Amino acid sequence: MQLTIKYFGLIAEITQCNEEQFEFSGTLINEFLETVYLKYPKLKETHFQVAQNNEIVSKETIITQTEIALLPPFAGG
Amino acid sequence: MNRYNRHIILSEIGQKGQDKLTQAKVLVVGAGGLGCPVLQYLTAAGIGTIGIVDFDIVEKSNLQRQVLFGTSSLGKNKAIAAKQRLLDLNDTISIHTYPEKLTHKNVLELFKDYDIIVDGTDNFATRYLINDASIITNKPLVYGAIYKFEGQVAVFNYQNGASYRCLFPTPSKEGAIPNCSEIGVLGVLPGIIGSMQANEVLKIILGLGNILSGKLLCYNALTTQTTTLIIHKVESEIKKVLSKKESFQNTVEELNCNFNPPEISIEDAFKKRNIQFIDVREKDEFPKVDSLNPTYIPLSEFENNLDKIDSKKEKIIFCQSGIRSKKAVSVLQKHHINNSYSIKEGASEILEYINQLHKQQ
Repeated sequence: MQLTIKYFGLIAEITQCNEEQFEFSGTLINEFLETVYLKYPKLKETHFQVAQNNEIVSKETIITQTEIALLPPFAGG
Repeated sequence: MNRYNRHIILSEIGQKGQDKLTQAKVLVVGAGGLGCPVLQYLTAAGIGTIGIVDFDIVEKSNLQRQVLFGTSSLGKNKAIAAKQRLLDLNDTISIHTYPEKLTHKNVLELFKDYDIIVDGTDNFATRYLINDASIITNKPLVYGAIYKFEGQVAVFNYQNGASYRCLFPTPSKEGAIPNCSEIGVLGVLPGIIGSMQANEVLKIILGLGNILSGKLLCYNALTTQTTTLIIHKVESEIKKVLSKKESFQNTVEELNCNFNPPEISIEDAFKKRNIQFIDVREKDEFPKVDSLNPTYIPLSEFENNLDKIDSKKEKIIFCQSGIRSKKAVSVLQKHHINNSYSIKEGASEILEYINQLHKQQ
């Protein structure tokens, strides 16, 4: 399945893009993240939350949609 | 002509709606980049009672975005300086200032007197403190946060809705996500995000439109794109906070709330003997100050690498702007490691100082 992955804040700086496509054949978000970590090892130490089709979900969720977003917390004010 | 005429002639607001605004009490925590536009619009809109919490003072580098302040405010407490400007904008409302740090001890008492809480702070420890206190006191929380060119807005704890902990259950390690003073921010961004927060406050009071509850709006100023993510309420996270209700006021503050770690100027740091320089920035941050031969320990890994600290030496710690280095000194203090100082300035200034020294020689 081809997934579109969106990056926010600090994460987009690590990946150097706001969005990209990933080919993925597994089941869970967690498994998918392993694929992403292979490309961006630094993300492994980064705190973020995952959204699937614009809905925040746990990393144990089954992937059923093609749009995934990685969202870090922001501190600034 | 009535000051609020343009509100009152809106059939959705009318005199009845304006009266609701007059009766409302809103507490704004942080009178910085976000707090300034929030306060400006709430004051102009005629919110009857506004509270401002901020312990910080106005610095020149704030003026690029904190639009309530001018050169005459420099060195003044932000809450007090904001009040002066706001009363000029609207002298018919009451403004209460709290020029102090928000702590577990004072937060519940403070929140009790207000209907809505606005988060315009700049660090995770205070954001979680505000979130937890809003759950315990059952107040809606209008949240905003920014990072360089991006912002987040949400309304938490609204009519038993999702809270910040339903989105991010645990705080990031301090220093892992830099704030504006460490990494910079586009001046207009907090203006946009703060205005959105003010809009949510007005909607809640007036009972208008759809409240941004159970949702997180993400705004990117460079692409002008917004993404709205749905946040589900996580009951267990909220229960966890409520279970700490009784002991809440006795909770010891997180690292960056209470300590006042020793700071040192570059000049004084170089006067010391037997020094271990420590650079607590992440690996990819520049400029490097290799001539000092520093020990590199990023703040995010600091506590796990205390074995790299030489207890027999004077520890001089630096980072990009003097904020993370201060946190590192607090960590050392917590572990009873003394003789450690945070350089007030950042790596660029240190490098400049060294270059000057070489020129003089």
